Amino acid sequence: MIRFDSVTKTYPDGTVAVDSLSLEAPSGKITVFVGPSGCGKTTSLRMINRMIDPTAGTIWLDDKDTSQLPATELRRQIGYVIQHAGLFPHRTILDNIATVPYLLGWDKKKARSRALELMERVGLPTHFAKRYPVQLSGGQQQRVGVARALAADPPVMLMDEPFSAVDPVVRDQLQEEFLRLQSELGKTIVFVTHDIDEAIKLGDQVAVLRVGGHLAQLASPAELLNEPVDAFVAGFVGRDRGYRALGFSTAGTLSTRDEETVRLGADIPSGSSDGWLLVVDDQAEPQGWLRLDSIPAGSSTVTDAILHRGGTLARQGGSLRSALDAALSSPTGRGVVVDGDGRLVGSVTASQVLELIEGREQVRT
Amino acid sequence: MIDRIVADSSSSSPFYFWGYFMDHRHQDLAWLWDHVYLSLIPVVAGLIIALPLGYLARRYRWVYPPMVSVMGLLYTIPSIALFVLVPPVFGLKALDPKQVPIALTVYSVALLVRVVADGLAAVPEDVAQAATAMGFGRLRRLISVELPIAVPVVAAGLRVATVSNVSLVAVAGTIGQDNLGRLFDEGKNLSTTGPYYPPIVLGIVLCVLLALVFDLIIVLGTRMLTPWRRVVIGR
Repeated sequence: MIRFDSVTKTYPDGTVAVDSLSLEAPSGKITVFVGPSGCGKTTSLRMINRMIDPTAGTIWLDDKDTSQLPATELRRQIGYVIQHAGLFPHRTILDNIATVPYLLGWDKKKARSRALELMERVGLPTHFAKRYPVQLSGGQQQRVGVARALAADPPVMLMDEPFSAVDPVVRDQLQEEFLRLQSELGKTIVFVTHDIDEAIKLGDQVAVLRVGGHLAQLASPAELLNEPVDAFVAGFVGRDRGYRALGFSTAGTLSTRDEETVRLGADIPSGSSDGWLLVVDDQAEPQGWLRLDSIPAGSSTVTDAILHRGGTLARQGGSLRSALDAALSSPTGRGVVVDGDGRLVGSVTASQVLELIEGREQVRT
Repeated sequence: MIDRIVADSSSSSPFYFWGYFMDHRHQDLAWLWDHVYLSLIPVVAGLIIALPLGYLARRYRWVYPPMVSVMGLLYTIPSIALFVLVPPVFGLKALDPKQVPIALTVYSVALLVRVVADGLAAVPEDVAQAATAMGFGRLRRLISVELPIAVPVVAAGLRVATVSNVSLVAVAGTIGQDNLGRLFDEGKNLSTTGPYYPPIVLGIVLCVLLALVFDLIIVLGTRMLTPWRRVVIGR
């Protein structure tokens, strides 16, 4: 648990970066600080491991006043990940990851075997061990950054825009893996971002800060989207928040309709009830839609190349948002629903999902 | 006297320097050895002094401009004047053997302070921040993170300082300190009836060879210390 108790940071020129901030980042949870530039989110983060000292107030780490601990000792029990990873260019990947264990005086063999274990954990091939950071892509470097922060198994992790310098596809992947990792490790994490979507995706709770270092709202992502406390927060969380809030409501078990299917590689059937067929592979995983009246000349079997891949997939038991999105993005208007293993269950229509949404609203009011 | 007789009996062609070397090799090799340590000791001493000064200039940014200006001024003092000034300033007798190394250390410091400060400045800010955040103390961070990353920049400065020392040591030969510079003195003394080139050419050749060898050693040493830079070049 990390607790800010009326923490203020004023710079010598009079600028107030953080203004009497009080909040608690609970153990084992992800707390996201989000806000526009100049809102003091990074300053707040850096005060936790005393990279910056508060002007007033106290930051507690469990029951310890952080200002009373030696700074280096405090920092070695707090993992730290930054935007461009900040890897040591002169050290191999393995030695980069083993940095804090070395500082803590572990023997070299133990530190290195721990580093190798972490490489696997964050999805890095172990043959990267002897490489140098410059030989890795941005996304790979960021994985090393996360592994390095985890090396000594610190209870607390601070992450300062760790995924904002990589391209959107890699960012998405890193976010997913980060959530998977956190579900295994259960660290107390404080995460800084300027991206409200990232905050909502990753946070167990989100602290929205406004310029001048004031806390505007501290809430769960769903609450933030449904009940922004003022115009600033409402504006910051964005326009389509009603739709995005659906991401936090479960759809329950959808009553699906069966779909006519054809296997990949099979002969193209001559007809179907509405001119569309759902294509699945041998594991019954949906691959895409086949439009029977626009098959390219010369095609006789179902191949990858002639599939329509417009629709997203919804998982049975997933969110209302993914169910609605599957229906809206499907070329047939029928959203494809799969089970936990990715196998086809059936389909739902947008109006079915909307009925669920409206039913939910009635329960709430 | 024997020297002169032998010299007189030999060719005065500039290309006779090898024959001249073979005739006087004991003396020449002794001067070469003097030249070696007189060039190297100031660079090593200069680096040891420049490290803390360069660190200060980097740590306290306001120190950098005056420090660099003062170092630039030191470097503009003509070497012959500095050799003459060292004994009174440092309380030594004239022609003390420490006179040359001390003067050249001043030049090396003048060159290397800026190089060390710039080398430390070349450490990316996020790398330094990450080191602090992981719990490196200031000294430990300097030794195991910042200095290793500064090696390429510092090494480039060391090459300049070393090579320029090789040439500056020779100047001290003209005030009577033993080193390869004495060969130029010899050449002048032996040019009685006409110019006598062999010792002068020999002095130049040995100085250039010495500078090349030092340069090569520093380049190889830098490569050994910076394996992470080779992988970039290798791609």
